[in-house]
Amino acid sequence: MNVLTILVVMVGLSVAGYYLGTRQAVGVAGGQRSRLHSLPSYHGLYLASWVLLPAVALLIVWLIVEPHVAEQALIANLPASVEQMDPNTLRLTIGDIEARALGGIVGREVAPEFQPAAEAYAATLSISRWLMAACLVAVMAIGGLLAFRSIGVEMRARNRFERIAEVIMIGAATIAILTTVGIILSLLFETARFFAEVPFFEFLFGLQWSPQTALRADQVGSSGSFGAIPLFAGTLLITLIALCVAVPIGLFAAIYMSEYATPRIRGTAKPILEILAGVPTVVYGFFAALTVAPFFRGLGQSIGLDVSSESALAAGSVMGIMIIPFVSSLSDDVMNAVPQSLRDGAFALGATKSETIRQVILPAALPGIVGAVLLATSRAIGETMIVVMAAGLAANLTANPLEAVTTVTVQIVTLLVGDQEFDSAKTLAAFALGLVLFVVTLCLNIFALHIVRKYREKYD
Amino acid sequence: MSAVELSPDAVGKNAPKIVARGVNVFYGSAQALKEVDLDVGEHEVTALIGPSGCGKSTFLRCLNRMNDVIEGCRVEGRIELDEDDIYDRQLDVVQLRARVGMVFQKPNPFPKSVYDNIAYGPRIHGVGQSKSEMDEIVETSLTRAGLWNEVKDRLQSPGTGLSGGQQQRLCIARAIAVNPEVILMDEPCSALDPIATARIEELIDELRQNFTIVIVTHSMQQAARVSQRTAFFHLGNLVEVGDTEQIFTNPRDERTEGYITGRFG
Ligand SMILES: Nc1ncnc2c1ncn2[C@@H]1O[C@H](COP(=O)(O)OP(=O)(O)OP(=O)(O)O)[C@@H](O)[C@H]1O
Ligand SMILES: [Mg+2]
Repeated sequence: MNVLTILVVMVGLSVAGYYLGTRQAVGVAGGQRSRLHSLPSYHGLYLASWVLLPAVALLIVWLIVEPHVAEQALIANLPASVEQMDPNTLRLTIGDIEARALGGIVGREVAPEFQPAAEAYAATLSISRWLMAACLVAVMAIGGLLAFRSIGVEMRARNRFERIAEVIMIGAATIAILTTVGIILSLLFETARFFAEVPFFEFLFGLQWSPQTALRADQVGSSGSFGAIPLFAGTLLITLIALCVAVPIGLFAAIYMSEYATPRIRGTAKPILEILAGVPTVVYGFFAALTVAPFFRGLGQSIGLDVSSESALAAGSVMGIMIIPFVSSLSDDVMNAVPQSLRDGAFALGATKSETIRQVILPAALPGIVGAVLLATSRAIGETMIVVMAAGLAANLTANPLEAVTTVTVQIVTLLVGDQEFDSAKTLAAFALGLVLFVVTLCLNIFALHIVRKYREKYD
Repeated sequence: MSAVELSPDAVGKNAPKIVARGVNVFYGSAQALKEVDLDVGEHEVTALIGPSGCGKSTFLRCLNRMNDVIEGCRVEGRIELDEDDIYDRQLDVVQLRARVGMVFQKPNPFPKSVYDNIAYGPRIHGVGQSKSEMDEIVETSLTRAGLWNEVKDRLQSPGTGLSGGQQQRLCIARAIAVNPEVILMDEPCSALDPIATARIEELIDELRQNFTIVIVTHSMQQAARVSQRTAFFHLGNLVEVGDTEQIFTNPRDERTEGYITGRFG
């Protein structure tokens, strides 16, 4: 039995439940809808929820538990010869058997001595499916019947459905939160494994980054070094360059839009600026690598400076362009939120427009602007594509923007692309870097949102 | 001076500080003021009254050109301050607003300290170079606005933290600090309780010694208490202007009478 078929049947039954509930409600009211506490459709919804929701919950639990039970059946039927097998090979064999039973494509035939195990596995699965279908039908029937029986003139189906709706919303929110927690936990566990191999302080404060570990113990350079300071420095350098581009341009654009532009110009200019945020970062990446970097190189040569063809300057300035809308749009919003009465007050005292902006509006909007810049910063720190393409991979510890540097995100990418074993220090380092990145941007975001919110409260 | 002939009651006893002739104001294509002629006498309080939307605020904003800020607003006619045309192209709006201060309906202190609120105007006009001069300006302005005793210990705390009535007096002090010749007030007491209102009315009466005041109000009692002359606006027209006592006891126009006796508006 296919899960999709089961789902379709369940939805169909609950739709039927809806109509049944509606009709029953009209029936008990003797055709006079006004006698009902709740509209008939609420009775229908109530019945439908009782048919569908418990069954869905059961289905989910079942699908989670089922593979484990089936695998137990498989293991129980393995031949005695497995005792001598290498655990890894055994794991692979079990995987093959399972994949074959589920209709997957497997390279190898199942060896005859594993035949009983394979059959037990398949049998358990098919029994489980039929049992599941039966249980689902039972649950839907019981739920539907109970709800059906409770339909009456006095029944507050409207209020009860409200509760059900609330539970559904809470469920959705919980899934979102649990996913986040899950991601954090997996980061934490992998990071812990990394720190079992590389000392914590060496990672955070080491000056040397060359994450190559040898495949065989007798190779040269067998131990990599995992000092992340060059990466942090590179990230910082590129972020700083990006901010130097984005903050002045974004801020001036915001001032123009909120204070000087007519509503029509503002209505056009703002969305156009925001399009910048929607350009795929890969596009920025090759813009940086193919246009901006050669431009800086040529410029450097013409004044006798040696600019490397992959430079922090190129990546940083293009990243700056990318985050302009973060600065401009949010700053424009907070400046618009400064009440008109403050502008009038300043004008009435004889202040000019630029005096009013500098001395009244900017100070009043400053917390919000700082928040906007912090959000842009965290965006810049997390940005990957542009840096991969334009800043290079060399983990130089330098403050010279004309040289190639690398960032945390770029290293994560290079550590993980291609075929990798997932238990070497090299790949685990990616998780540690990811965790650092996560913590830093999280702190920045919390701080920024806090500032923005505090500012909002002031004028509402 | 304008050569236009005027009905005798358009001109007051005191020498006129502001002379408005044939003022028309348009918001886009809608006309908000029609051919308004009005004199504002020096060292008196002139009250502008009339039903909502009749153009009182619009007229007030003409006097310090705050209408310039409003998109699509056009002013025609002639307004003179001490016989200088304030809509002259040569005239510097910034200078004009230093001479004609304004207090708004809702108190709008800057989100700065009490001290900086007062010092803001003098600073942008380059008055009060030294710290002691500025201290002096702040103290006299606050004293004249009747606020000094209440805030002298909290000059560095934010002006937005004061009570509504205190904030409004802070705004008056802020306007006074620039040492203007005229102060315009647009319903300065509408957000205040009766006690704060009474204090501000007293204050207006004192300020009359040194300043020329134009006040918009919706309260007949307030107009009667604080003003020497009253102008009644209706649907963008200046219907009647005269001594306050005459307007309230013996209005010439029946629209004025209807309004002050509460039959419409
Ligand atoms: N910024 C503006 N844009 C367009 N029309 C305006 C604007 N300000 C005022 N008006 C219009 O001009 C007319 C006069 O408005 P004004 O604000 O001067 O009235 P008012 O007498 O001050 O009323 P109130 O007593 O309610 O304050 C009204 O019809 C109003 O709708
Ligand atoms: Mg008004």
